[in-house]
Amino acid sequence: MNEPAAPSEFCEDSANVAPRRAFVRVAMGGIGLCYAAAIGYPVYRYLSAPVEKAEVLAAITEVTLPEAQKLPSGSALMFKFGPFASLLIHHRDGGWSAFDAKCTHMGCTVQFEADKDRIFCACHGGTYDPKTGVNTGGPPPKPLKQYEVKVSEAGIVVSRVKTA
Amino acid sequence: MKALAASVYQWMDERLGLEEALAFARHKTVPVHRHTFWYYWGGISLLFFLIQAFTGILLLVYYRPGPEAYDSVRQITYDINFGWLIRSAHSWAANLMIGAIFIHMFSVYFMKAYRKPREIGWFSGIGLLLLCMVFGFSGYLLPMDELAYFATKVGLEIPQKTPVIGPVIANLMRGGLEVSEFTVQRFFALHVVVLPALFLPLLGLHLWLVQKHGNAWPPAEEVKPAAERKTMPFFPNFLAKDLAMWLITLNVLAVCAALFPWDLGEQADALKAPPPGIHPEWYFMSSFMVIKLFQGAWGQAFAMGLFTLGLVLWTLVPLFDSTRHAGQRGKYATYFGLLVVVILAVTTIWAYYAVAAEIQQHAQGL
Repeated sequence: MNEPAAPSEFCEDSANVAPRRAFVRVAMGGIGLCYAAAIGYPVYRYLSAPVEKAEVLAAITEVTLPEAQKLPSGSALMFKFGPFASLLIHHRDGGWSAFDAKCTHMGCTVQFEADKDRIFCACHGGTYDPKTGVNTGGPPPKPLKQYEVKVSEAGIVVSRVKTA
Repeated sequence: MKALAASVYQWMDERLGLEEALAFARHKTVPVHRHTFWYYWGGISLLFFLIQAFTGILLLVYYRPGPEAYDSVRQITYDINFGWLIRSAHSWAANLMIGAIFIHMFSVYFMKAYRKPREIGWFSGIGLLLLCMVFGFSGYLLPMDELAYFATKVGLEIPQKTPVIGPVIANLMRGGLEVSEFTVQRFFALHVVVLPALFLPLLGLHLWLVQKHGNAWPPAEEVKPAAERKTMPFFPNFLAKDLAMWLITLNVLAVCAALFPWDLGEQADALKAPPPGIHPEWYFMSSFMVIKLFQGAWGQAFAMGLFTLGLVLWTLVPLFDSTRHAGQRGKYATYFGLLVVVILAVTTIWAYYAVAAEIQQHAQGL
């Protein structure tokens, strides 16, 4: 503003204009943020409602699979651990193991191949050991997440491995 | 930081011509006089449209048309976080939007802003209003509660009663001989795809014409010499006031939507009689009353003919009262406008009285 300040009824004292302007700017910015939050918060909670439900579902520590003990040895079944696809294997030697079926490479769903006795991911050809879940070939960087398996007469109880 | 912002702005300006647009906006002026207040109502209607698009897209995230329609709206209203608020805002803004458009339309009418060269602005505005009413009618069915069901069942009787082609059209709109999940499904397609596809280009034309011709001077101001007429720059003065009006509008909507959450009635049941005093939304009350007043097949045809004729005359008014030197014709246009306002107001109020009386009668009968 190089021109001489025009006399105005609103600001006689031109020295006060700059701080006043700065105050108005901050106040407007603050009010704007309040509005953004007042609109943004309900919209965020609205959109995330199913996420919250799934998180509650995912927090479970144990799943009971009734009648699953009748699964023939040398075969596997898919079940849901909370919202997640998971894999229960009955080995030929009678042992059991269960894993989160999410491949550690790109999140595809793995499957048990009984004839080759391995866990295989069809998306990029990753393979895992069916007893330990250790990655044995292809691109996966780490083992599958393993669950604890307990066999009872009523069914099979799969539970989260307690980490320290 | 400032230098970076300036260089980003310059990069954009060289490619988009931002300065040209700003120069145009600064150059543009808005008339200042005692009726300037009415110039804000087009902008308010526009804000409501933007809110409808925003909340409508949010509702799309959970709404399921067809047989599950009612259940999905029940979920939105009672299960999903803040779903009641989003739905309430969508319903409230729909009604407030029609109200704002009516105010905008009547202010344009009485300020004679439809005169040359703004005729197409008027025609496109009427088109937008009619599309909004179809938006309202189709959206009203989507929750598939009792009121939605009967409003649609009765509303579709209007095309049904058109001679010869009526039943065919009504059946196609319904997707059957009665309102059913097929009706919801096709009203949904109409509401979220077909109507927006028609509305957006027409709105674009309408807004472009406002930019091209600017705000009209009301006749009383137009006769004054140019030196005595006051204006303000569109940018930043009018825009700042426009935004202030938007803020007020947003607050009004927030208060309505939060303190008076929109109701969800009982699920529609084709075998149940409607509740006593059932009536359409307020913007259909006038035609609801007129149709009630004229009985019998010929009476109804007459009532609908009357409404259609009124609408046609209303739309064509720029051709009748076309220039600022219209004199007598301008006066007749004003009288016609007042007559329309009075008829709409009287029939609407009358309709609400009739509904209240019906409810009372029913209560006494019990």
